[in-house]
Amino acid sequence: MSQSQDTPLAWTRRRRELNWLERMLDWKPLLVVACMLPAVGLLMVFLTYPLGLGIWLAFTDTQIGRKGVWVGLENFEYMFEDPIFWNAVFYSVFYTGVATIGKFGLGLWLALLLNNHLPFKSLLRAIILLPWIVPTVLTAIAFWWIYNPQFSIISYVLIELGWRDTNVDFINTAWSARWSLIAANVWRGIPFVAISLLAGLQTISPSLYEAAMLDGSTPWQRFRYITFPMLLPILAIVMTFSIIFTFTDFQLVYAITRGGPVNSTHLLATLAFQRGIPGGQLGEGAAIAVSMIPFLVFATLFSYFALARRKWQQGEGDD
Amino acid sequence: MTDARAAATTADDHGMAPPPDKPQATAPEALSWDSRSRRVVTIYVPLACFLFILLFPFYWMSVTAFKPNAELYDYKTYNPFWIGSPTLDHIHLLLFKTDYPRWLWTTMIVAFCSTVLSLVASTLAAYAIQRLRFKGSQYVGLAIYLAYLVPPSILFIPLATMVFQLGLFDSPLALILTYPTFLIPFCTWLLIGYFKSIPYELEECALIDGATRVQILWRITLPLAVPGLISAGIFSFTLSWNEFIYALAFIQSTEKKTVPVAILTELVTGDVYQWGALMAGSLLGSIPVALFYSFFVDYYVSSLTGAVKE
Repeated sequence: MSQSQDTPLAWTRRRRELNWLERMLDWKPLLVVACMLPAVGLLMVFLTYPLGLGIWLAFTDTQIGRKGVWVGLENFEYMFEDPIFWNAVFYSVFYTGVATIGKFGLGLWLALLLNNHLPFKSLLRAIILLPWIVPTVLTAIAFWWIYNPQFSIISYVLIELGWRDTNVDFINTAWSARWSLIAANVWRGIPFVAISLLAGLQTISPSLYEAAMLDGSTPWQRFRYITFPMLLPILAIVMTFSIIFTFTDFQLVYAITRGGPVNSTHLLATLAFQRGIPGGQLGEGAAIAVSMIPFLVFATLFSYFALARRKWQQGEGDD
Repeated sequence: MTDARAAATTADDHGMAPPPDKPQATAPEALSWDSRSRRVVTIYVPLACFLFILLFPFYWMSVTAFKPNAELYDYKTYNPFWIGSPTLDHIHLLLFKTDYPRWLWTTMIVAFCSTVLSLVASTLAAYAIQRLRFKGSQYVGLAIYLAYLVPPSILFIPLATMVFQLGLFDSPLALILTYPTFLIPFCTWLLIGYFKSIPYELEECALIDGATRVQILWRITLPLAVPGLISAGIFSFTLSWNEFIYALAFIQSTEKKTVPVAILTELVTGDVYQWGALMAGSLLGSIPVALFYSFFVDYYVSSLTGAVKE
């Protein structure tokens, strides 16, 4: 640093005595504790403890305003005989699977498009991220309006084009509601996937493509043997996040259908909410929420091994 | 779409620095010898479709918000894609007949307080993990990363009972204290990555010159980490603005609700939905985040991609 050179006087000046607080904080163990305390404390109280409490609640018959007693596996037994629960499990898996495929297929395509030379590139990126920035519920309400049985703009356009005679039924029967929700989820997920994958694409060295072109490769071969393998680590991480947050999604379904028609679009999270908060059966709601944990553990392990693979590929040490 | 375009243009006016990813000057497709027309078909047409689909709901939201009711429900006489006689009725209804300004204010307070709280906590934690390197810091880092994978959907029921017992039910404080559960892991993770990029030599110099650890953090590391702090702040702010399930479960009285919850529970009344007001509410609720985001879009994109790359 330059200051140490231009002031010889500084050498003669005595260092200011540190007061007791500063001396205490310069003692590393204490400093570490002081630094970690706010974050770890908050997470312990509002994340780890509730996680344990939730698992405990799942084994009790707690209701709102009444302390529960231990009932063992009763909640789970009841749940496993409940067709609505199995329907929610089915739809959660289906919703996650289809929406993830849609998001990643379209997101990858968009990322590949954006990786070209384009005018106004950063402007484009900014605009594309908008669906992801705006609160989900607010865009869900917009979709609700787009899916309106009477005044749907999509129905209007299809009828004007002469492709249909009647209004499209978006959210009033089970399967169409399921697909409509998936479409809205894909719409919201594309920007995040595209921008993340674009970052991955830009780290791929162009010389690999040059070499491949000199060897006479087709565009498909370049994608299959260069782009895709190089993108795989980042793809795995983004996909893990996407799967976890799609599986536990709540807002979109709650805003558009609230689980209806006739419970056909309940995800586990919305079912847990319905039973737990308005229904008052906290124990049962907690049991439904806890049943999501095995899926999340699976997704996390997936992420962990993907990360390990990435380190191995790049030859990085464990730092 | 007005907000989208406004957001985007302001972002551009603010002199977007050339994106950090310069090597794209030799992007793969530049090497291929595509003809111009083929390029249009394979790139510009699909891109235009994507843009149209991604932006259409915003356009539709804005159009609906300014249409008078007569046009709103009559596609025969009026072209639904355009506003015949724009009106501010819906916005007027929203601002003066409902508690909308209060909801907006509550949301802002909650988002701001939880952002500040989690920024302070996660800066300290990230500094300790990345720079003080105590025994087991790796594992603490990993634990914080795992904490990010715990979604609010499995926490809200136990948290609701806790909030009740602590006497925080129906108070914004409940939200300010619970939002950091998903903000801190994310920010800590992002900031660890950022601190990693600051040369350690600077701190060593300061240590030799006799600075204390606290002075180093305050005078050297933090000023250098400002871009990282800004992006963590934007993320936190947008995430808190976005949060729904906790706000839905912990807040009951009308005037204390946050915007997303209030629009869904207060404006949707009876069988007749006020679509104009609903859309106006959604639009107004989106604008603050979109504006906030537009000022810092570069940080946002780079930290989003940076966090993923980490």
